[in-house]
Amino acid sequence: MTETSAGDLAVCIRGLGHRFKQTEAVVDLDLDVRSGEIFGLLGPNGAGKTTTIRVLVTLLPMQTGQLQVFGHDVRRHKMRVRQLIGYQPQQLSADGSLTGWENVMLFARLFDVPRRDRRQRVDESLEMMGLADVAGRLVGTYSGGMVRRLELAQALINRPRLLILDEPTLGLDPVARATVWERVADLRARFGTTVLMTTHYLEEADQICDRVALMDRGRLRAVGSPAQLKTALGPGTRLDDVFRHYAGHKFEESGGYRDARSTRRTAGRLG
Amino acid sequence: MTLAVPGAPPAGSAEPAGRYRLALLLRLPQRVGTLCLLELQRIRHDPIELLTRTIQPALWLVIFGTTLSELRAMPTGGVPYLDYLAPGILAQSALFVAIFFGVQILGERDAGVLAKLMVTPTPRVALVAGKAFAAGIRAAIQGVVVLLLAVVLGVTLTGNPLKIVAALGVLVLGAAFFACLSLVLAGLVLRRERLMGIGQAIMMPLFFASNALYPVDLMPVWLRWIAYINPLSYQIDALRGLLIGTPARLALDVTILAVMAVAGIIAAGALLGRLTR
Repeated sequence: MTETSAGDLAVCIRGLGHRFKQTEAVVDLDLDVRSGEIFGLLGPNGAGKTTTIRVLVTLLPMQTGQLQVFGHDVRRHKMRVRQLIGYQPQQLSADGSLTGWENVMLFARLFDVPRRDRRQRVDESLEMMGLADVAGRLVGTYSGGMVRRLELAQALINRPRLLILDEPTLGLDPVARATVWERVADLRARFGTTVLMTTHYLEEADQICDRVALMDRGRLRAVGSPAQLKTALGPGTRLDDVFRHYAGHKFEESGGYRDARSTRRTAGRLG
Repeated sequence: MTLAVPGAPPAGSAEPAGRYRLALLLRLPQRVGTLCLLELQRIRHDPIELLTRTIQPALWLVIFGTTLSELRAMPTGGVPYLDYLAPGILAQSALFVAIFFGVQILGERDAGVLAKLMVTPTPRVALVAGKAFAAGIRAAIQGVVVLLLAVVLGVTLTGNPLKIVAALGVLVLGAAFFACLSLVLAGLVLRRERLMGIGQAIMMPLFFASNALYPVDLMPVWLRWIAYINPLSYQIDALRGLLIGTPARLALDVTILAVMAVAGIIAAGALLGRLTR
């Protein structure tokens, strides 16, 4: 990992630890995310990715360690941190009983987008995600891929400096997944938005991420660009080989049943 | 599009923390208004739910009310029983809306919606107050339907529009408290099935141990004490005073409801974080 000055860092994590009763979800995590990069947090279920994200977005309290977002301490300046981030949780989380436009407008209001700019900003966000034509439809009638793009529109409404995506393509078909990644890449290219994401899909992370961190059982196993990590182990190496090398076991998707069940339940809710 | 971030100063900026906090505080009413608007949008998209929820209060008025009116057995101080009953049923319809509001927030928790709301720069008490007053808005709209039905059944309501507006305000305040009670229970039990059971268990005792159906003086002493500590009794007392002109301690009623609502908002705000852990 190259040295990076504090001013270039979107996220700076030092010694982060988090426990759920007897379970150590994250153990002594040190991690930097540079401003403007797409950073992937990779690992199987139980690796500690989502816990790390939830501490970062202030949903979980800081237990041990330090965490800064663009220099703002997450423990002391929660509100300021929240104004800097856009967050897409793991579930399909748009409100199915509202239209797409109303869903985005809700977040425009909650993020204090000035009244004179709100309508234009909402329209722009929906346009950017290719949802302008269906903005007036109830979200309950959207497909999973459309809901994911709508969530991106919601997450972008405050023009965040850091976009945090927790399993943004979970439960989507390959075409919808590709569309979501296209939009994410487009965002970074156009606005320089820093993206921190988690995913189960190593091949996708390999293609889209500038750098990745491999986590397993709450601990960081390796950090670097996909190319660096693979090259270090020799030609023909894939990211799951890298994971096996550092974690000592295969990258399993065991426990995915819980996520699949959650996704199905959400799909049912959205109609 | 630029990358300017509204409201959030860069790290190390000279903006005083106190001024920043004040700006957030001043936005609280706007946050509460936003969440109330959200509820109105939901009602607009699904008005059928509103109508189906008025069936139960309608049955209470039409069947229970008209039957007991014929008996003339209830000492209501010279007020026709249906008139006496109408504010009680109005409060009951608001109670039924509010007491299950926690179920809605647990649904939002399961769907990830709550997590997203909690990641916005909205203080938790503002989220809770928004949800509580959204329940109040829903209760007030439903209350208008119940009031219209009462008029159709021959209930003599006040013709003073200010008193009707004030009555709807009392309805909102009471519903806000009971919604907070529901949110507190949601924060404690964390599961929808459990909360449904608790809601069912406390709903009818709250209703029967109040002055909704009969004067408190008719109750045995032990039940009378429960009625005195039951916020629903104060809500109904205020509604009767405003809508049908019976003697009421309006200032006391409204003060108690307001204090209970504020306490409920603080308690539910403190427990909200448990829902997303």
